[in-house]
Amino acid sequence: MHSKKAPLPLTIAAIGTLLFLHVPMLIIFLYTFTPDETTYTFPLPGFTTKWFGVALGRADLWRSLILSLQVATVATIAALILGTLAAAAVYRSNFFGRESISFLLVLPIALPGIVSGIALRTAMGGMDIPFSFWTIVIGHATFCVVVVYNNVLARFRRTSASMIEASMDLGANSFQTFRYVVLPNIATALLAGGMLAFALSFDEVIVTTFTAGQQTTLPIWIFSQLTRPRDRPVTNVVATFVILITFIPIFLAQRISAGASDTEGENK
Amino acid sequence: MTNSSSTPAIRFNQVSRYFGEVKAVDQVDLEVHDGEFFAMLGPSGSGKTTCLRMIAGFDRPTNGEIYLYGQDVSNLPPYERSVNTVFQDYALFPHMNVGDNIAYGLMIKKVPKAEREKRVDEMLDLVQLKGFASRKPSQLSGGQRQRVALARALINHPKVLLLDEPLGALDLKLRQQMQVELKAIQKRVGITFIFVTHDQEEAITMSDRIAVFNHGKIEQVGSPAEIYERPASTFVAGFVGTSNLVSGEVAKRITGSEQTFSIRPEKIHLGQMEQTITTSMLFVNGIIRDVVYLGLYTRYLVEVDGGIDLVVVEQNLKTTSMDVLAARGQKVKLYWQKDHISYVGA
Repeated sequence: MHSKKAPLPLTIAAIGTLLFLHVPMLIIFLYTFTPDETTYTFPLPGFTTKWFGVALGRADLWRSLILSLQVATVATIAALILGTLAAAAVYRSNFFGRESISFLLVLPIALPGIVSGIALRTAMGGMDIPFSFWTIVIGHATFCVVVVYNNVLARFRRTSASMIEASMDLGANSFQTFRYVVLPNIATALLAGGMLAFALSFDEVIVTTFTAGQQTTLPIWIFSQLTRPRDRPVTNVVATFVILITFIPIFLAQRISAGASDTEGENK
Repeated sequence: MTNSSSTPAIRFNQVSRYFGEVKAVDQVDLEVHDGEFFAMLGPSGSGKTTCLRMIAGFDRPTNGEIYLYGQDVSNLPPYERSVNTVFQDYALFPHMNVGDNIAYGLMIKKVPKAEREKRVDEMLDLVQLKGFASRKPSQLSGGQRQRVALARALINHPKVLLLDEPLGALDLKLRQQMQVELKAIQKRVGITFIFVTHDQEEAITMSDRIAVFNHGKIEQVGSPAEIYERPASTFVAGFVGTSNLVSGEVAKRITGSEQTFSIRPEKIHLGQMEQTITTSMLFVNGIIRDVVYLGLYTRYLVEVDGGIDLVVVEQNLKTTSMDVLAARGQKVKLYWQKDHISYVGA
């Protein structure tokens, strides 16, 4: 549609913004190869890949990574189930206080993490719940549910309500209707929402510091490395790894939502 | 098919549906005969769609019972009734192709794949969509989607097929074509069709019988001719076609009784003042106030003695536009057959 070239100042501004956002990450990537383990000097005093080996050998790092993956997986699954159910309830029925419920569901993502964190910690402390893997999962689920909920609700709103009635009319009970009609229609929304939720959970620091006990998730491990300047390039290796792990699902999620909205546009 | 024709396909016994204070359907009694093409006609909010949804099972009556070939289905879920629906927006499954959409009911019933495919082919044939099985609904036109929706419902051999404003989303040409086609398909499959519409012309063209709904009640049930020629109420007279309603003093002057009656515009003849009137006729004198030339026919607005206006329609068999337009202001005698009037309730 826009065949005209963008004006020069706009191009410069766009490039500037992208550099501003991504140069720091490039620096991290660059310093994974430095032989100097305590300071950042430029140009690099040499080139080495030994930090990848060192990172591989660190058991504490592996424990954190596995914990983070587990937390993100469980939080995402919980979010998929709860988010879908909440979206279905808000979409299908018209009960008193529906709008308020919708607002309360979305609130945790807008709330500063520090507030959610302290609130969760106080609540868990008050109820004598020991901090564990599960308290981290609960903390993460509070904001993961929101992304799934928003994605699924948006999809429901674009889906014809009579489709569910049509399925029942043709002999399918509620379970079959969900299996053959509802699920295929919200599948991409679930995938997109789930990947976003996973990425959010995987790099979460603030809420985690309040809800974790002795456990160290990967972001917390990285954070703790700041105070120990030794092996700094190891942190860079891990950071690079985290960028990759987060990048892939977000990239895919964007592709999927964009693709889905295109095809749905054609239906109209 | 095995049902004796004496058992009604659908019977409503004092069916009501209330939404809070609103009586969407209010104590309706209704019988739809086996094999009939039946129309539920009425303005929006008259309860016709609620009745359809109660037959399908999407809604339950607050009071009363609904019988499907003698079986009380009032509280059965939609998937336990041998009734299928063609939805207003077609409600095709966008993630399935046309063949899978049509086969959906059979797939749920676990009909073997070979038979499923055979029956899908038959259905595609019936609705003239041969070769479309692998298309997606998004690749079809409105008329084609409608046919798919019809095939998807009919493949299950329902006892009753429900159609919710089936032609509402189509343009005029296509709508007229589908009216003829739907009727032909109904004849061919022999299934009872019940369709909801707010379009009186559509109801008259397509159906064997019509129920006219208003404010949650049925005002009249009858053949299109009965509904048109003998409207039972002022509402029916006004909703189905155009009609002149005459009441009070003027009615008394014409018929000798104050009872309100309706007379269709095309039944009234325009005559000269000296026109002789036989005893089987009724007449009233008036002045032509307005003339609208409409090509095929001309519509006159005549102010009759007593002060009310009657609409008269005459075909332009011999007259030209010059003739009819010159009629404005003329004194005329309006006359019609006694038995062309219909006394209506209030």
